[in-house]
Amino acid sequence: MMEDSVLFSVKLSIWVAMAATVFVVLVGVTVAFFLARRTFRGKELLDVLFTLPLVLPPTVTGYYLIVVFGRNGLIGLPLFEWTGLNIMFTWYAAVLASFVVALPLMIKTTRAAIESVDENLIRASYTLGHSEWWTAVKVILPMAKKGILAGTVLSFARAMGEFGATLMLAGNIPGKTNTMPLAIYSAASSGDRAQANTMVLLFTVIAALFLYIANKLNKRVLS
Amino acid sequence: MSLSFKGKKVLRNFTLDVEWSIRNELAVLFGYSGAGKSMTLQMLAGLMAPDEGLIQLNGRVLFDNQAGIDLSPQKRSFGYVFQNLALFPHMTVKDNILYGAHGLGRDDRKQRAEEMIEQFMLSGLERKFPHEISGGQKQRVAFARALIRRPAALLLDEPFSACDNPLRIELQNFLQQVRRDFPIPVVLVTHDLTEALTLADKLIICVNGKVLQAGTPAEILNAPACPDVELLVNSSTMSLTCRGSSDPILING
Repeated sequence: MMEDSVLFSVKLSIWVAMAATVFVVLVGVTVAFFLARRTFRGKELLDVLFTLPLVLPPTVTGYYLIVVFGRNGLIGLPLFEWTGLNIMFTWYAAVLASFVVALPLMIKTTRAAIESVDENLIRASYTLGHSEWWTAVKVILPMAKKGILAGTVLSFARAMGEFGATLMLAGNIPGKTNTMPLAIYSAASSGDRAQANTMVLLFTVIAALFLYIANKLNKRVLS
Repeated sequence: MSLSFKGKKVLRNFTLDVEWSIRNELAVLFGYSGAGKSMTLQMLAGLMAPDEGLIQLNGRVLFDNQAGIDLSPQKRSFGYVFQNLALFPHMTVKDNILYGAHGLGRDDRKQRAEEMIEQFMLSGLERKFPHEISGGQKQRVAFARALIRRPAALLLDEPFSACDNPLRIELQNFLQQVRRDFPIPVVLVTHDLTEALTLADKLIICVNGKVLQAGTPAEILNAPACPDVELLVNSSTMSLTCRGSSDPILING
């Protein structure tokens, strides 16, 4: 029987990853669409900005998030003053951290998928009288569906595995913000091998499963 | 009915500077690859803007750089058949055709789609996807999709280039039938001489972004305007002779 604390961490991780993935899909597809289909000043700079969390140490990303969303942060302070809401050390913070580190994966795979849609299909849609918006909904996104799904699965897996930025922003509070990676860290550092083994094994299986699905969904975008 | 095109566009290694006009006829833009034929079609359809020029369809200005007019492709009312046909692979035959019926009422859409399916001999294939039907059938779907909205003119970008010879002849006959059912100006781009001479009411010879000569095939065969055109005419006569004809001019009426 799984211990309550383990079960809590598993559930929390799944909830956090799911919530983060919803935002990742909404924001990621929109950003990827503009990066793929529009030319505007500073486009590549924007791409670099969104991709940074992929290469920065998660602690650095976490630090930036504290600067922006912390109690005295650029957004955190006015948010607290207006609503009394402080997201630091809550599960919202875990969602935010997972969202930021998973977003680049979504943008990269979706942008590649959108850019690989045959330009003539898009032109055909325009000559048949359809607007850019309708063409995106009926032609571009359905054609890029596999890449978007692969990006979603990858983002979910990445969000589940998020550690560093989550630790910085949400802390490692048992029964509140200790997602699986954090709980594994605690278990291992306190010498609770049995609990660590269970969670590590569980996590490996889940991650492998997600990678397998992502690969199935879109071999081309990932290879 | 008339369609006129005057356009100039300067690219890094290529300058297009073309002017022609046609009435309710089938005009063939003929020339080798890189002559700017497909580019001309794209400019007509509004998929690419000329640097300067004037495009008119039935008296309506579609593009005029001096007046600052540049209608979007959605507002130009051309039927466009692409070189690779550009059928939507994720839609059935029927959905592909229906997708072309934008702006019509729901009942009208349905009824017209059924008419087109019948007219273009696609009955029984409605629920098939493009990858499940033959090359000739795909061609007919592309035409049905382009024509269901009853466009004011039809643009064809080498629509038969991917077909083998027997199918090509069948499709050329099919095009003649389309012309009878939809009497609108047609601009066909091809680099196939035989096809150009067989189909054209008016032949427009394009070389390196310029129009060298425009006229009926007979006029061009009888009086080529310059050595370049003469060279094309000679090779075309040869190719027609190879097909067993002794009088290429008669073939084109």
